[in-house]
Amino acid sequence: MAYALQQLINGLTLGMIYGLIAIGYTMVYGIIGMINFAHGDVFMIGAFVGIIVLTALSTVTSVPVALAAAFVISAFICAVYGFSIERVAYRPLRGSFRLAPLISAIGMSIVLENYVQVSQGALERAIPNLLPGGIVLLKQGDFVVQLTWMQLAIIIVTLVLLAAFTYLVTKTPLGRAMRAVEQDAKMAALLGVNTNRTISLTFVIGSALAAFAGVMFLLYYGVIDFYIGFNAGIKAFTAAVLGGIGSLPGAVLGGLLIGLIEAFWSGYATVAYKDAAVYSILAIVLMFMPSGLLGRHEIEKV
Amino acid sequence: MSNVLELQGVSSFYGPIQALRDVSIEVPEGEIVTLIGANGAGKSTLMMTIFGMPKAKTGRVLYYGEDITTLPAFQIARKGIAQSPEGRRIFPRMSVEENLLMGAQVIDYEDYDVNLKKMFALFPRLQERFAQRAGTLSGGEQQMLAIARALMSKPKLLLLDEPSLGLAPLVIKQIFGAIRDLNRETGLTVLLVEQNANQALRLAHRAYVLVNGQLTMQGTGAELLAKPEIRAAYLEGSH
Repeated sequence: MAYALQQLINGLTLGMIYGLIAIGYTMVYGIIGMINFAHGDVFMIGAFVGIIVLTALSTVTSVPVALAAAFVISAFICAVYGFSIERVAYRPLRGSFRLAPLISAIGMSIVLENYVQVSQGALERAIPNLLPGGIVLLKQGDFVVQLTWMQLAIIIVTLVLLAAFTYLVTKTPLGRAMRAVEQDAKMAALLGVNTNRTISLTFVIGSALAAFAGVMFLLYYGVIDFYIGFNAGIKAFTAAVLGGIGSLPGAVLGGLLIGLIEAFWSGYATVAYKDAAVYSILAIVLMFMPSGLLGRHEIEKV
Repeated sequence: MSNVLELQGVSSFYGPIQALRDVSIEVPEGEIVTLIGANGAGKSTLMMTIFGMPKAKTGRVLYYGEDITTLPAFQIARKGIAQSPEGRRIFPRMSVEENLLMGAQVIDYEDYDVNLKKMFALFPRLQERFAQRAGTLSGGEQQMLAIARALMSKPKLLLLDEPSLGLAPLVIKQIFGAIRDLNRETGLTVLLVEQNANQALRLAHRAYVLVNGQLTMQGTGAELLAKPEIRAAYLEGSH
């Protein structure tokens, strides 16, 4: 029981990070119908910007200031990356055959990984735990169930981001324009929506969320390298598909489920096969619900 | 009277297929101008060419004398042209309210509440369905929504593509009545594309006939209604 509670906490924390990345996949898929395989690498760049800022600032300012600076600077730089990736690698291919932007995305992913490998080195980089300690929730014999301050911080930051993001998408003119372009880009243009600008902003927002996820990943694990974007990216993409690609609540739900599956499988079965467990569950869910858990399956009137 | 819209020798293509050949029309301020023709004659292409989707290959599109041929569609919308397009194209996964907000965003929601009240007066059904997802509306309600959405931008020129398509006669009557009232009361300039030639010609000050992408006839609505060849081609058997 105590052990399960601990896995639940670990899984939720990890799932929050996956969910934040998954939003970027699902938003881009919704609005231009492509899988942005470079998105995981934007997450990785976010983590690297985080470690650079934290290393530079943690000796001269207090920890909260350094953390805030890491989040803000990382989000800004990743937003610039996301914007540029769309302009350079995807926009020129819009209207081309479907596989073209997909191949371009894989190319962009490789470019970003190699660029970070060359500029930051291939070795793992580490930072010390900046928020040590936590709350002891439960003691059962020798086993202590703990919610670390870091886990609590990650959960709170993610919930705040999700609330702000939900408000943006459902209540603001920009969010409405994004949904309009997603549903019928030509009609949105007829109503005066600058579709190119809306698509750019979608990449900017998705990339900024990935940056937050990257910095939180760095803080949580303390170790990163240029390759973390691949694994986390595939997991988050899986989360988006599991939840129903194109669905924003689905991305978060998928992320949480994948985090939980991973944590429980690692805790009760074997760490070595945790990825196999994640993808098996994905396969099983898709067999019975091809459009994912919250994917659209209603028939629309034409 | 000045022309709100003028097409001068416009040709446009869908891929290799030529959809419009050397089309010139004038839409004077305060008038309802209608374009009639059979299915596939190029009526909808003409409407979309005004917005540059596709762009005219030759010729010019003038809006109050300004050449808008090469402007992107969203900028044309911002100049004050609104379209209720072929197939209605409402946003199915948005509520009726959000669809109307989408119409108003081009003018930054100026006088939103006042305009909304006018739309409710024009189409009371939209008030009943305000919070409902637009995809669940009936065809007639969707048509009303598409027209209201276009009107929420307080356009100087309204383009209506087949507002009667697939609707019950009573609903058609209501929609045509609404167009007539808008034109009379607010002086709204309308370019109306219709297969339902009888109703359209009765409503219009001026009319053009499009056959295979080319204009074959023009005149006042009454003149065309009286022509035997129009009666034979477009009016026989319809009401």
